Amino acid sequence: MQIKFVSNVKADVTADIVYMMCPMHLLKLDEMMKKIDKGQILEILTDYDGALEDIPQWCEKTGNQFIGLDEDEDYYKFYVKKLT
Amino acid sequence: MRCYFDHAATNPLHPDVLETMMPYFRDDFGNPLSLYEMGTKAREAIEKARASTAALINAKPASIVFTASGAESNNFALRGIAIAKQAQGKHIIVSKVEHHSILNAARFLEKSGFVVTYLPVDKYGTVDPEVVRSSITKETTLISVTHASSEIGTVEPIKEIAKIAKENNVVLHADGVATVGNIPVDVNELGVDALSMAAHQFYGPKGAAALYIREGLRIVPLIYGGIQEGGRRAGTENVPAIVGMGKAAEIAYSEMSTRMGHAKGLRDRIIKALLDIPNVYLTGHPDNRLPNHASFVVEFIEGEAMLLMLAMKGIYAASGSACSSRALKSSPVLLSLGTPTALAQGSIVFTLGDDNNDEQVDYLLREFPAVIGRLREMSPFAKGWQ
Repeated sequence: MQIKFVSNVKADVTADIVYMMCPMHLLKLDEMMKKIDKGQILEILTDYDGALEDIPQWCEKTGNQFIGLDEDEDYYKFYVKKLT
Repeated sequence: MRCYFDHAATNPLHPDVLETMMPYFRDDFGNPLSLYEMGTKAREAIEKARASTAALINAKPASIVFTASGAESNNFALRGIAIAKQAQGKHIIVSKVEHHSILNAARFLEKSGFVVTYLPVDKYGTVDPEVVRSSITKETTLISVTHASSEIGTVEPIKEIAKIAKENNVVLHADGVATVGNIPVDVNELGVDALSMAAHQFYGPKGAAALYIREGLRIVPLIYGGIQEGGRRAGTENVPAIVGMGKAAEIAYSEMSTRMGHAKGLRDRIIKALLDIPNVYLTGHPDNRLPNHASFVVEFIEGEAMLLMLAMKGIYAASGSACSSRALKSSPVLLSLGTPTALAQGSIVFTLGDDNNDEQVDYLLREFPAVIGRLREMSPFAKGWQ
């Protein structure tokens, strides 16, 4: 999957899991997506490199939209829109 | 008669706590991560304990991470926060009256390239908030000061230090092992960002402790592995002990003022009587101290000798912290107050609890002066004084 870089995405909810290892990025993503409404955007902050592959794949599997990612100094910001 | 006056070392388990724990050893022994009913039961029990532990310090349940000891909580806080913030700076501040689990973690960080300032204290062991202010540099990311020292009982001005930390955008951790469950602790009122606590200090089991981490504060885990504690502390949870901690927190919350009143009455009797003995001095602050804590230095004799002679009478006390009294060296905490080395050797600490009563204190006050007298007769140092 092609990684898409974005900037200035306005998220509705943020989950900060910087320094948390695998599989916290997927568990937190699942937990937060259950909490937000359809159409809302979730921002996940993580420094776990495996998320680069896992989060877009999770979106594809679950039918949600992977908007893209932004890079901060020492962590990534992933943006996911809830569609299902 | 058995008189246990060493509640700062540990406490007996409250009978109701033991009863609450038992099913999780026997029937409901499931792994909290298992998806079937036994796992769900264990998971729900942990979350209930988290809520009770959080309520004890007026925190949100999500801000509690269970650990296995106060020392682990202190290491987790100091190393986890300092490393998480190292991109902003590598200077941390700790006081000289900290427990070894803070001081040694600070030394570890020092060896790893951090700069550590060790704050001096006054003759009562109190940290001056203005000294904290003047120690902060552009590189400072973390301050750690004990809420109260278990060696000298002095309660530190955490609220004032928290204001200074906040003004300077520095994280404040407090070691609350000696205070949580023993005196009212409200993390919001104190203004701390992180706080350590241990269940066996308030009639809970050993092997269960916690670190409060303010929501939004990043911390690097000390133990990597599974997803327990939100990925912040891996390892299959000690379910019975955590359940026990939750129950002990509930009891501590409801019985706080009764416990404090009971201990303070006994403490004040001990302090008043022992200070009548020549060359016996109170250590720590005379007023601003833990309600169950009476600590002294006795001139011309050694703490170890006093402890052994008292133990022969069924009286159990401590000399310095539970750990340092085994190391047979002068307490760094007492030395930091300016106590001369020879005098610091004569340290003795009585810490009171629910199981103590006036009869036991009467017995102590009869036996202890005789022990001091006998040891001074043998002491070569006492001759000059006499």
